[in-house]
Amino acid sequence: MITRFLWTGMGRNLRLFVLLVLAVGIVVPALNLLMPKTSAFYVPAYALQLIGKYLCYASLALAVDLVWGFCGILTLGHAAFFALGGYCMGMYLMRQIGARGVYGNPILPDFMVFLNYPELPWFWHGFNHFWFAAAMIVIVPSVLALALGWFAFRSRVTGVYLSIITQAMTFALLLAFFRNDMGFGGNNGMTDFKDILGYSVQADTTRAALCFASALALAIFLVISGAIIGSRFGTALIAVRDAESRMRFLGYRAETYKLFVFVLSAAMAGIAGALYVPQIGIINPSEFAPGNSIEAVLWVAVGGRGTLIGPVIGAFIVNFAKTYLTGALPEVWLFALGALFIVVTLFLPKGVVGLWAQLRARNLARKATAA
Amino acid sequence: MKTAPRSTSALLYLSGVTVSFDGFKALNNLSLLIEPGEMRAIIGPNGAGKTTMMDVITGKTRPDEGEVVFDGQADLTKLDEAHIATLGIGRKFQKPTVFENHTVRDNLLLALAGLRSWYKLLGAAPTRAENNRLAEILSIIRMEAQQHMLGARLSHGQKQWLEIGMLLAQNPKLMLVDEPVAGMTDVETETTAQVLREVNKSHSVVVVEHDMSFVRALGVKVTVLHEGSMLAEGSLDQVSADPRVVEVYLGR
Repeated sequence: MITRFLWTGMGRNLRLFVLLVLAVGIVVPALNLLMPKTSAFYVPAYALQLIGKYLCYASLALAVDLVWGFCGILTLGHAAFFALGGYCMGMYLMRQIGARGVYGNPILPDFMVFLNYPELPWFWHGFNHFWFAAAMIVIVPSVLALALGWFAFRSRVTGVYLSIITQAMTFALLLAFFRNDMGFGGNNGMTDFKDILGYSVQADTTRAALCFASALALAIFLVISGAIIGSRFGTALIAVRDAESRMRFLGYRAETYKLFVFVLSAAMAGIAGALYVPQIGIINPSEFAPGNSIEAVLWVAVGGRGTLIGPVIGAFIVNFAKTYLTGALPEVWLFALGALFIVVTLFLPKGVVGLWAQLRARNLARKATAA
Repeated sequence: MKTAPRSTSALLYLSGVTVSFDGFKALNNLSLLIEPGEMRAIIGPNGAGKTTMMDVITGKTRPDEGEVVFDGQADLTKLDEAHIATLGIGRKFQKPTVFENHTVRDNLLLALAGLRSWYKLLGAAPTRAENNRLAEILSIIRMEAQQHMLGARLSHGQKQWLEIGMLLAQNPKLMLVDEPVAGMTDVETETTAQVLREVNKSHSVVVVEHDMSFVRALGVKVTVLHEGSMLAEGSLDQVSADPRVVEVYLGR
């Protein structure tokens, strides 16, 4: 029944796209590990890290689009769920350092020794086990989303008010995590990671595995999202987005539909953040910055809101441009980002994916008139 | 005026219903009886109280006085809108609101009585019974050819028929249809009359309408409202021969 649920929901395009994502996740790390460094096909370590990072961003974009494109809720705080997942992973990685830190304390991470913590705070217990951290990576963002969504959707908060609430949430978390006495490393955050599951985070094989894991996670998220949107639940969800009160008259509890997708989306963002942190090597409060959430919304807008493939493509296009421009012409990047936003809003209301569909339809029409 | 006993075989029973807004009596001692399986047309000039009557039946407006009994037992003056809807009174509003990004078929599937729980809908495919019911409704509203068309691309008339279909899909005991042919062409009006006659084979219907040619095409018992009370009742020929009705419609 589960396989039927997962396959019938997916269109042919989405199936091909999932295979493409998996292919990237296998081929890129393989070229890094197997090719000699002199070969033209060799993928250097920094490119491998970049692809892995983009894959995590793509998962975040998909999570944003589930909420924005399919529930109609413009979330301006999704990077908070990403960062919370990242912090859970960071706590696990800090505990793995053990006595190899600068201060050599077997229990306390360096920043706690430095800040004169007498003992490990209660909420750090358990994070030395990977299974516990993995559970928290899903649970912490989900519970926050459940609490926020429960109150917001039940009181029928919608539109710009909901956007402001999500933005306020991420800003509040930013300020909280900046504080040294919160116990999460203050504005320096957590870094100098050594091992993940007993493998060195610096090793080429570990980096390759993390890149593959990021692709696998994205592929799984795409399959799950496709199945949900393609099911009768998805039909009802889109109807709630378009005409919520009409759905209530038909006897649907609109808030439950939105809440389920909001929580699922937060969990996806959390997992993406957790995969991001060991590849980047640091997590600090700047991940909560409101600008990050807004940028994620922009990826979705560029790729195509309300499609499943669009956010992934958008995340890759914008981040590739960002990587290139911040390197080649650093002063231009912010202007380019602003210009991109204007161009997309004015000329590409359905993003790159919409443009492609439009061009294809025009081509078909031209063929039809010619024939 | 005939008086009916409190316990009644009638599907809908209104007796002495009065509603006033700031001293203005929108309904004034209105009584009405709808039999099971009946289709009734309600006509009357603007401000006669047609929409207020619908509001009272669906629980949107509370009457100041009077009895409203559904199905011989439920006292509608004490229930809220959602409860009344679950009892089996469905209402089609004047302005059509179909789901624009869904096909005609999905619109009907969403309205179909039955599954509403989100986790069951995640795995459920339409059952054979549901598919049969959809086919039946599509045939009644004459939209088989458009079933895969998006709601946004339907004409005004088609949207109205889809709305009637969605109401039918909820399988109410009594359907209240508010001005179904407003803004329709003559051909569409004629088709709508046929659709409603078809609907009436399985459902009781109350239609509020201005359009006389449409009411004639329905060919059912007519109730004329005027200033919140019943002015006349009978076939369209009978009521239009009534001098009081002529005066109300033409005299002022």
